[in-house]
Amino acid sequence: MLKLRGDWKLKSGLPAPGALEKQFDLTAHPTRLTFDTTELTGWDSGLLAFLTGLEELCQARKLEFDASSLPEGARRLLKLAAAVPEREGARRTESHHDFLTMVGLESLTLWRSLGDMLAFLGEALESFGRMAVGRARFRRRDLIDIIFECGAAALPIVTLISFLVGLILAFVGAVQLVQFGAQIYVADLVGIAMAREMGALMTAIIMSGRTGAAFAAQLGTMQVNEEIDALSTFGLSPMDFLVLPRMIALILMMPLLCIYSDLMGILGGAVVGMGMLKLSAVEYINQTINGVSLTDFGVGIFKSSVFGIIVAISGCMRGIQCGRSASAVGLAATSAVVTAIVFLVVTDGIFAVLTNALGI
Amino acid sequence: MAYGDFVIQRNLNFTIFRGDIFIIMGPSGCGKSTLLKHLVGLKPPARGEVLFSEQNFWKAEPEEQERLMHRFGILYQSGALWSSMTLAENVALPLGEFTDLSPAEINSVASLKLALVGLAGFEDFYPSEISGGMRKRAGLARAMALDPEILFFDEPSAGLDPVSSHLLDDLILELRDSLGATIAVVTHELPSIFAIGDNSVFLDTESRTMIAQGDPRKLRDECPDPRVRNFLLRGGLEA
Repeated sequence: MLKLRGDWKLKSGLPAPGALEKQFDLTAHPTRLTFDTTELTGWDSGLLAFLTGLEELCQARKLEFDASSLPEGARRLLKLAAAVPEREGARRTESHHDFLTMVGLESLTLWRSLGDMLAFLGEALESFGRMAVGRARFRRRDLIDIIFECGAAALPIVTLISFLVGLILAFVGAVQLVQFGAQIYVADLVGIAMAREMGALMTAIIMSGRTGAAFAAQLGTMQVNEEIDALSTFGLSPMDFLVLPRMIALILMMPLLCIYSDLMGILGGAVVGMGMLKLSAVEYINQTINGVSLTDFGVGIFKSSVFGIIVAISGCMRGIQCGRSASAVGLAATSAVVTAIVFLVVTDGIFAVLTNALGI
Repeated sequence: MAYGDFVIQRNLNFTIFRGDIFIIMGPSGCGKSTLLKHLVGLKPPARGEVLFSEQNFWKAEPEEQERLMHRFGILYQSGALWSSMTLAENVALPLGEFTDLSPAEINSVASLKLALVGLAGFEDFYPSEISGGMRKRAGLARAMALDPEILFFDEPSAGLDPVSSHLLDDLILELRDSLGATIAVVTHELPSIFAIGDNSVFLDTESRTMIAQGDPRKLRDECPDPRVRNFLLRGGLEA
């Protein structure tokens, strides 16, 4: 006999059936479980959850579960819950992996993601091929909109970041160079660093967060709304119609943004040079012109077009691969940025080794 | 039909006759929408063929597939209008890409199609600015843009109130009669099944195959399989 007293509601918390299990062990040869509900004042699904737990316990111990004295509504709901037997195989089993397995699985995922990226790149190249022979279908207005969105509209943030990066580089350099009285070389340091590395890398990272994520979210949402299916069933390739204009736009705009970012960085350096190191504007500019060669700019600009491809591909790829739920769109945007940044840094590393080996 | 190793439906064999309104029905989760994806060319079946007047879709060359795809139009469950374009642009896009009409002609055709589905005057609205029922009708206007011979409907009445859903049924019947189109509808909405269906196939979840075929009204009264009758009588057999 189990006496239920007072309020049995979700808000007031529930006792664990485990406590009763001990009670069962103490009783000698229990055969059935009955209830006394004379003092039960209120109940909701909290009571039901407790009772289903008890019922399972009774089944496991071959006890008779006597529900007859329970409130009418509770009895009917218990019956309803038991009416449809649990579908076999429907319950998901959660698997836990140890550390090594997780490392292995992650590496496999990374490997697969590299394969995905190459496959996507291949499809993109095919799409470029179709454009070359004039058979790719996309709307010119889309292309212009996207060019504006990832070109002119990105200028403010690129200005701010590049100016500050130039400023910071100059500060770091100035502190060291002043010790040798060689503060004039701050101009070389900022100029070369911006032109070869920071201009291209910073714009690429900004664009992956700004535009790559936006691409992934746009395409992902279109996937969720079946808009991409609708395109395919009209015989319009999503690759040509959606991915191609986005890639063209970024590949065109990225080098331009990179040049702009280089100049902004040099300007930032000049502010420190003139303000803190008391160099004149002419001195600083002359030193920059002498110190930084066109090759340095060329390397940076070439890199930035490659970075443009990486950002566009990872954004579009994650968008197209997106699952069919709202959280999948968020995931697509996140992984677009992560993929882009990982590949950007790796590629930049490869470029550093290559340019060094080739003596550029 | 399968996702990976998980077979959803097997041994499906049915014919949709020209000019019919063909219903694909069955309980939720039986694979109706997946079947539709195979039919319209979005997802190749694990095994088997889809024939359009004797032509095998999944074995055809890509150009041939594209040509076949222009012979049918699809209304998606949520409408699936391109959200960055206005209704008129949605309808006009396939016209602009696949016909030689001038922009002015395209505009007038797009307006006509929108007027056919009762959306005259809504040309410059974006899909997010109109109601769910209107979005479905706009999706229908887009599906009809290229004057297809076959129209596929994925759950046309899902999320619509009874009156809108009835109006949509009437519209489907009207289109069949006036355009002479063949129509395939995936649905489990009983009133529409009986109102518009000429022929049907019933997919079952447990046996994972089709268990009945024919006029839905006849199936309801005469089908030997109690599962089918129970479905068509809204679970009335069990009670």
